[in-house]
Amino acid sequence: MLRYSLKRLLSLIVSLAIASVVIFLVIEVAPGDPASFMLGINAQPDTVAALRAELGLDVSKTQRYLSWVGGMLQGDFGTSYTYRTPVTQMIADRVWVSLPLALYALTLSTLIAFPAGIYAASRRGKPGDITVMGATQLGIAVPNFWFAMLLVLVFAINLRWFSAGGFPGWDEGFFVALKALTLPAIALALPQSAILARVMRSSLLDILSEDFMRTARAKGLSRRQALWRHGLRNALVPVLTIMGLQFSFLLAGGIIIEQVFFLPGLGRLIFQAISARDLIVVESVVMLLVFSVILVNFLVDLAYAAVDPRLRSRT
Amino acid sequence: MIRSRNLLLGGLLCLIVVAGALVSFLWTPYDITVLDIPNKLQTPSLQHPFGTDHFGRDILSMIMIGARTSLAVAIVAVGIGMGIGVPLGLWAASNKGGWIDEIIMRGNDLVFAFPSLVIAILITAVMGASALNAIIAIGIFNIPVFARLTRSGALSLWEREFILAARVAGKSKARISFEHILPNVGNLLIVQGTIQFSLGILAEAGLSYVGLGAQPPIPSWGRMLADAQTMVSFAPHLAMVPGLAIITAVLGLNLMGDGLRDLLDPRIRVVRQ
Repeated sequence: MLRYSLKRLLSLIVSLAIASVVIFLVIEVAPGDPASFMLGINAQPDTVAALRAELGLDVSKTQRYLSWVGGMLQGDFGTSYTYRTPVTQMIADRVWVSLPLALYALTLSTLIAFPAGIYAASRRGKPGDITVMGATQLGIAVPNFWFAMLLVLVFAINLRWFSAGGFPGWDEGFFVALKALTLPAIALALPQSAILARVMRSSLLDILSEDFMRTARAKGLSRRQALWRHGLRNALVPVLTIMGLQFSFLLAGGIIIEQVFFLPGLGRLIFQAISARDLIVVESVVMLLVFSVILVNFLVDLAYAAVDPRLRSRT
Repeated sequence: MIRSRNLLLGGLLCLIVVAGALVSFLWTPYDITVLDIPNKLQTPSLQHPFGTDHFGRDILSMIMIGARTSLAVAIVAVGIGMGIGVPLGLWAASNKGGWIDEIIMRGNDLVFAFPSLVIAILITAVMGASALNAIIAIGIFNIPVFARLTRSGALSLWEREFILAARVAGKSKARISFEHILPNVGNLLIVQGTIQFSLGILAEAGLSYVGLGAQPPIPSWGRMLADAQTMVSFAPHLAMVPGLAIITAVLGLNLMGDGLRDLLDPRIRVVRQ
């Protein structure tokens, strides 16, 4: 297990290093110099040069890459070109919206998907199964930002149960903040829960036809007992993988949902940064998102190997 | 074939969307470049089955032309994904365990770490927002999907006798890959292609919604939704219609994908009988 973990860790580090090079190179080929963009077209060349020096743009690309990566390793993402504040601070402020939102959505999606998937699998081919599967087919087809708009229309504008957008901050109290994230989290969770319910169902159905399930039934367990004691645990392996993948989708998908609800999260930050050509912010937020995807996949791999020792021999 | 309800319903939904897009090249109920402010924000009526937007433009006409954008972006993105991903997958499978295989698969893992939205953000930061950049972003995201699928499908085929026969006959790996392996993973690719197509439509809508996709004046379902957002309280139909159009297309493609899989994969068909 240790050997396997170290091997995965090495591959995590290599992936991160390559990803950082790719992100840096892509952003670096961006036409337009941030300094001249900030100062406008009438700026004097020496003013531009001074600003370039101030922003650290006057050194070679290799040097800039190394100082960017070196800084990130120490938690320093550099200084925003437009706001002149540390990017780390800007990200830290926003991450407390985006991360709880993704976790909230993941929780909701699991709470919806598990019962739905188990119910459908236990009633395979019956009307209950067909209804749940039909609903998931629809759930997958619904764009989450459109569903978000419907939620706003019904629960914020018509019923006035929730506010239509904005975020009061965690200082206002846990439940006040959580309430502000509820509609966005539901919107994010719906399509993901539909996918997860389908995975849960098909994974359970695969397990139900296994020999050990027949043995469990043969030794006198009822269908339901066999399902809960032996089936569910084994069916969770593929479900966990999908949940790992979903977390990254939820984090990235949050970028769009944040736009619908005017939430001050990473998504808003990145769009503001794009329009202001604040490339260091774009670079850093993208790196953070990619890092979280790679990290979650790494953790899922480890969880996998812990659950199923057979997987440790594979890479 | 007709016995597959999924295929039939999915095909029908897709047909509606494709027909709408194709007809829009020749005819739309109204000219969407003409603004008709006196008739703005009308609810659905006989004259305007889906109502009018804040400029008085006919929403049905905009949906028809928007279908072109959605379909075009998704088709080209799937084309990019298949065009690059499938040869890479075949190449990796024919060198199983070798360094080419390793590089291709690790490269895939790397691309997988970039959600399509993040790729789109990077591309937009560099080149600006446009339908073309949305296509590139979704296309890049599709490459590892097809590469992995092709590789895993091809790996099991390489063990089969007819491939052995072809190798004994002296055919090169590349030739075997294209002449014998590719036709046999075709079914897998068609099914995955429909799924990626539907994901492409969703992705395009999302990107256009946040302003990273098709730019005005090209009509797009995602941008219609973005425009509708501020007016949803007094003109909900502005948001309902494009949303339902997206659902129709995506649901149609997904059902068709399911139906095709049942039809093309005999293993599953046997289970169902």
